[in-house]
Amino acid sequence: MNWLRKSAIWLDDRLHLTALYASTAGHEVPASAGSWFYVFGSATLLCFVIQVITGACLAFVYIPSTNEAYTSLEYLNHAQFWGWYLRAVHNWGSNFMVAIMTAHMIQVFLFGAYKYPRELTWVSGIFLLLCTLAMAFTGQVMRFDQDAYWGLTIGASITGRVPLIGSQLVHLLLAGPIIAGETLSRFFTLHVFIIPGLIIAIVSMHLRLVLTKGINEYPKPGHPVHKATYDAEYAEILKKEGVPFVPHAIGKDLIFAGIVIVGILGCALIFGPKGPGGPPNPTLVDTNPRPDFYFLAIFAALALLPDWMEVMVLFIAPAVLLIFLLALPFISGTGEKSARRRPVAVLLVVFAMLVIGVLAYMGQTSPWSPQMSGWSGDAIPVEYVKGRTPLELHGALVFQNKQCRNCHSLGGQGGERGPALDSVATRLTKDEMVRQVIQGGGNMPAYGKKLSPAEVDALVAFMQTLRPKYVPPVRNSDKPENPKPLPRDVAELRSALPRMNR
Amino acid sequence: MSGAHEQHGRSDHPATEQKGNTPDPTRRDWLFTAGVAVNVAAGLLLAIPLVGFVFASFVERKDPRTWISLGPLDSYPEKATRIAMYRNPYTRPWDGETADIPCWVRRLQGNQFQVFAINCTHLGCPVRWFQESGLFLCPCHGGAYYEDGARAAGPPPRGLYQYNYKVENGQLWVKGGEMPTLSNPV
Repeated sequence: MNWLRKSAIWLDDRLHLTALYASTAGHEVPASAGSWFYVFGSATLLCFVIQVITGACLAFVYIPSTNEAYTSLEYLNHAQFWGWYLRAVHNWGSNFMVAIMTAHMIQVFLFGAYKYPRELTWVSGIFLLLCTLAMAFTGQVMRFDQDAYWGLTIGASITGRVPLIGSQLVHLLLAGPIIAGETLSRFFTLHVFIIPGLIIAIVSMHLRLVLTKGINEYPKPGHPVHKATYDAEYAEILKKEGVPFVPHAIGKDLIFAGIVIVGILGCALIFGPKGPGGPPNPTLVDTNPRPDFYFLAIFAALALLPDWMEVMVLFIAPAVLLIFLLALPFISGTGEKSARRRPVAVLLVVFAMLVIGVLAYMGQTSPWSPQMSGWSGDAIPVEYVKGRTPLELHGALVFQNKQCRNCHSLGGQGGERGPALDSVATRLTKDEMVRQVIQGGGNMPAYGKKLSPAEVDALVAFMQTLRPKYVPPVRNSDKPENPKPLPRDVAELRSALPRMNR
Repeated sequence: MSGAHEQHGRSDHPATEQKGNTPDPTRRDWLFTAGVAVNVAAGLLLAIPLVGFVFASFVERKDPRTWISLGPLDSYPEKATRIAMYRNPYTRPWDGETADIPCWVRRLQGNQFQVFAINCTHLGCPVRWFQESGLFLCPCHGGAYYEDGARAAGPPPRGLYQYNYKVENGQLWVKGGEMPTLSNPV
């Protein structure tokens, strides 16, 4: 055994392993940092490692050529041994990475960990956030299918809105004037070499800062940060309740890491790989492009914004947001750390999450998109046909044939771009309907050129019947309601009068 | 070990005698400065082709558009809108079907045409033609255009992009090869 011991000592003498261990894994952290809230950072890194490993394996087979990429994805799914599973793990690994990174960012924000003296840890984290989102976008392009093609088109169209150099930037992004062979190579290089390299570099800095500036102690309400005293206070905490990270504070990280791995593997097993969807052939225009989950909120915002606001929201808002995030530790570098004393911070997180969540939900359902097959696929509810006159029935046909149904629903079926027309007769008079159909307006195209007067008559007659039985159609206030014929003789007049007056 | 000691001992003669105080300033400073200068120059030599390679689009601005045939005029009946397809002239042998670009051809009458790019002017998604209502509809954010390409509703900031076209040898030709964007409409 002596030789084993000797060689261990020799190795340590050459490699300085004990010194390395003491200054990294064994460094002292406040005991309070061994909390369940502190597990997200290491879990994000774990996800990244899983992505690097599975990504390298996928790159054994994947061909980054516009002609072959789709086939090689199909090959991975169906022919390569365990290929489908590694694709699924890579996809779910990215979902978990974005989700856990978001949790990490929220935790750091709410626990005031970005404050003095950890400003640069936060700033490097913001750059890691940007890199991760860039990985998500370029990764979506790697799955080179219809959604990837049109996702790239959307990216190029957004870039094309940059003032002055928009056209050059599109050229730079696509590696040419249009999506072609070099485009995919460019995104492959970004996804596989450049951005992961950046991430490794910035993560190294991020971890180095965690070691040199120490992990944030669990904040206590009423213990604000002062630049003059904080360093001494932190040293005092380490002295009093410092424990080595390994083995005394890493326990919860390890358990969470295990849960994350099992979670990723489980989701991959149950839900399988994502796509590829339709082939990346732009002539297949019967498509419904949607971005991956991470960008659904932006996708939704772009549908809901008024157009005069779009350039502002596309370019100025992200810049302002980025500057705010980068400047945060410098404008609020001291003071209370505990979320219990920072209501604005808590509200900010709740607000941001609500906005992103609601927009992503809207992006998923896309009520603003016409339902392209509504006119030919959705049935007219029976009660809207029963007992109608031939004119009204013809109007129902016009309603379907002219594709009104793509944007207006009846009985809950059809598009949601325009209002549902189930009770339109209680809102619009006959004249208003004619005007709306012919002239359009309020985001509705004008149909004056596409409908004959007879068709308009029939359509409006049909729409006049779209109301609950017990509600009369709305009428102009300057016209009397159902003008009754005048009484023909005294007897009829009498019977028409109320009983009291007889 | 002893050899290294000897070397140290030997070089310890006159020049590095004042080691720790002031090393020969002129020579070492000159070597350092020269070393930095040589590497800056070499770095620039490396950077020029690298930057030129990556940012070629800012330097090399050939017009990528050329005239492309969309086939004989007979395939486009008057007063109708049909989808057409062309092989993108800016293409590589490994492009596959990604380089097949669709567009909408509307023949008014005779040699009067309108050729619309497939891309919605909002964010580039493929618009679809609906004959009955005479509208182009976009599946992404619900943009709508009239049959003449004018903006009808939704978020698009302008009407559909239109290709330049010409009629020659009984065929319809368009000038294409570039993805139309707001800063660079075809």
